[in-house]
Amino acid sequence: MLEIRGITQRFGGLTALEDVSFAIEKGLIKGIIGPNGAGKTTLFNIVSGIYPPTAGSILLESRNISHLPTERRAALGMVRTFQNIELFGQMTVLENVMVGLHVRSRSGILSCSLKLPGHLAEERWIREKAMYWLEFTGISELADIRASSLPFGKGRLLETARAMALEPGILLMDEPAAGLNSRETAELAVLIRKIRDLGVTIVLVEHDMELVMDICDSIVVLNLGKTLAEGTPREIQENQKVISAYLGEG
Amino acid sequence: MVKFLILTAVVLLAPLLFTGGYLMNVLVFVGINTMLAVGLNLLLGFAGQISLGHAAFFGLGAYGSGILTATYAVNPWLAMLLSAGAVALLAFLVGFPILKLKGHYLAMATLGLGIIVYIVFNETVDLTGGPSGLSGIPNLSFWKLTFDNDFKNYYLIWGFTLLIMLLSINLVNSRIGRALRAIHDSEVAARVMGVNARLLKVQVFTLSALISAVAGSLYAHTMTFISPASFGFHFSIELVTMVIIGGLGSIYGSLLGAVLLTLLPELLRAFQDYDIIVYGLLLISMTMFMPGGLVKGIPAGIALLLPGRRRRGEHA
Amino acid sequence: MDISQQLLQYIVSGLSTGAIYALIGLGFAIIYNSTGIINFAQGEFVMLGAVLTLSFISALQLPLLLAVPLAIAATTVIGVIFERLTIRPLKNATPLSLVIITIGVSILLRGIVMLLWGKDTRALPAFSGNDPLSIAGATILPQHLWIFALTGLVIIANKLYFYYSISGKAMRACSFNRRAASLVGIDVKRMVLFSFMISAALGSMAGIIVAPLTMTAYDVGIMLGLKGFCAAIIGGMSSGLGTVIGGLILGTLESLGAGLISSGYKDAIAFIILLLLLFIRPQGLFKKGETERV
Repeated sequence: MLEIRGITQRFGGLTALEDVSFAIEKGLIKGIIGPNGAGKTTLFNIVSGIYPPTAGSILLESRNISHLPTERRAALGMVRTFQNIELFGQMTVLENVMVGLHVRSRSGILSCSLKLPGHLAEERWIREKAMYWLEFTGISELADIRASSLPFGKGRLLETARAMALEPGILLMDEPAAGLNSRETAELAVLIRKIRDLGVTIVLVEHDMELVMDICDSIVVLNLGKTLAEGTPREIQENQKVISAYLGEG
Repeated sequence: MVKFLILTAVVLLAPLLFTGGYLMNVLVFVGINTMLAVGLNLLLGFAGQISLGHAAFFGLGAYGSGILTATYAVNPWLAMLLSAGAVALLAFLVGFPILKLKGHYLAMATLGLGIIVYIVFNETVDLTGGPSGLSGIPNLSFWKLTFDNDFKNYYLIWGFTLLIMLLSINLVNSRIGRALRAIHDSEVAARVMGVNARLLKVQVFTLSALISAVAGSLYAHTMTFISPASFGFHFSIELVTMVIIGGLGSIYGSLLGAVLLTLLPELLRAFQDYDIIVYGLLLISMTMFMPGGLVKGIPAGIALLLPGRRRRGEHA
Repeated sequence: MDISQQLLQYIVSGLSTGAIYALIGLGFAIIYNSTGIINFAQGEFVMLGAVLTLSFISALQLPLLLAVPLAIAATTVIGVIFERLTIRPLKNATPLSLVIITIGVSILLRGIVMLLWGKDTRALPAFSGNDPLSIAGATILPQHLWIFALTGLVIIANKLYFYYSISGKAMRACSFNRRAASLVGIDVKRMVLFSFMISAALGSMAGIIVAPLTMTAYDVGIMLGLKGFCAAIIGGMSSGLGTVIGGLILGTLESLGAGLISSGYKDAIAFIILLLLLFIRPQGLFKKGETERV
């Protein structure tokens, strides 16, 4: 579904990624792991379109999206969540999710300001859908709360609900377990599986090994900007190079 | 909706209470300033983009209408349409490069733009009359009704003002309004959700300029005389002050800010030279102590006194 | 005067105006580099220098020699008060808030001066007389020489301070990375205060030295401030030579434009340059582009 081909990224004199290639199969959960500084977030930024790669290409369903701006990738069904959660703090929880429906709706400036009938019907539909996704992630009772006052764990769930509202084909999650306690992490695993069961392809960058080994169907290991290994969780756990990369790092 | 209907009623009935002609004149200005403040708020408060040169669009609309009607005897309504259209086009074209800038740089760029326009008003004497201004601008008329006194102008201006407020409130509570506020809170997340931030910012900039230009045309026709002095840096700052005092991101706040800042100089008649100092103090203290403006500050103050109120997210 | 003499004249007066813009621009750059704030009130420091000198001369009957340093000191104190009351308390202010606050301070200062000094323009006496000198066919006033001398001194002092003194290097460290600087024990808050003091002093010096040529009033700060900012942008917000060159370029272009094209649009030239730069090359003429880390 998603192909990473020969991605190289240089920032001035620093080479963050070098010739990284792997594929992500449709409908599966793929994990990207690696020691700190391995280039995982850089790769994510390139895949989600925050900046273009120095070299190489990203193919989404065989379509080259390497130089497509982020907002156009959303229209193609790619969405991502952030390590530090990027919520729309001044808006309510419900409104945050409603923004997720932006690409699926159409009313423009004219239609909205004149409150034309098409716009009114669409607003109702947006609101219903947004509530649905809040229920899906289990935070519907927080609908009218200001997003900035949410505790971190709920904020994560909100970001996920917002991403799902876009009805993505592929969901990129940047360290979704960061800052969560073990109960919340277990709930996260359940949620991710629920999303996978809807047919969404999921890619995770993660440090929490337990979570990764538990839910991922396939794992890619990055180290110092290069791919080190790729395989099932068991294969990765038994891979000597991976073990020494983590242990050698101290 | 209820709030708006109450406002409309107040606006309609107010002249019956105030028979003093001078007050009518001031209220006309309040209307124009409200239009300007609302337009600016869409850009500043909702989309979060700084503009320190909005007086330029106001002036361009005024001079556009003024020149077309006074010098070329074009029908005033047509002139308003052409003028507003031209300003909107200019804003759209300038918007793309200027809105790539952020924060301080955007502030400076809009400031520079405003000053360039002001200098052009002063220098193109053949067209604009230069510093001495442009006179002989006709009043607007509709069939047999000519808007030639404060009473009639009051209703004309406030008709437009209420319309613009209503459209803005609708816009702000819609999909577009949410997208704007999203850009303000986290542009990167908004883009990830598919919001074309670049285009939307330019569209709001254009809309804001359009509203200001219409206000300018109305201003020209009610005053029948305009001069560059009204469209300089000082007025741009006044507009920003109105928006901030009322409350960024609140349409009713802009109304409040416009009312206060238009009435303030009248109240300070005796202390005329103090007005700049007051603006400065207001800007500083509001930004430091009451960043939500009066619209948030007053209810917050009251909420502190009343026990047990849960915070709700509400807009406009 | 033939055309080459005219050109030389324009260039000379442009360079001297440019030197003023450079001094003001340095003030912007220094504060920006240590705090990330663009101080919209910088122009007001310039205005205060001249206005205070005038009032010390007329109200306190002080000679020029005493009034000048006193005015510079007084402006520096005002800079300190400004920083203490409005900048220091704000920890997480958005860029919008900072812009608004510095604009508010600039308006406040302008308003107070207008109230206390009135709206008339007044001239400061020239430092060493008004007899023009002739150099290579161009007329230079002694005041121009003072301007060049001061700018030269400031450039040298700048280099010495920022590159050879501990506190100067500490300030540079803050401009590169505040958190790292505070982690190695640099008192960032004090550096911020210093930057305001230096910028206020530089601004007031610029205002004093140019006042004999261009007169002064309560509102000269706006234009001078903006043009100084423009100089800083051209120089890429450098606290040194880049901004100075930026100012000189700006002043010369402005003077040539006013002389050769039209004098009414003189002020517009600076802003057109500003806009073009911001659109095309916001990092200035001398810096290489930077990539941002997400």
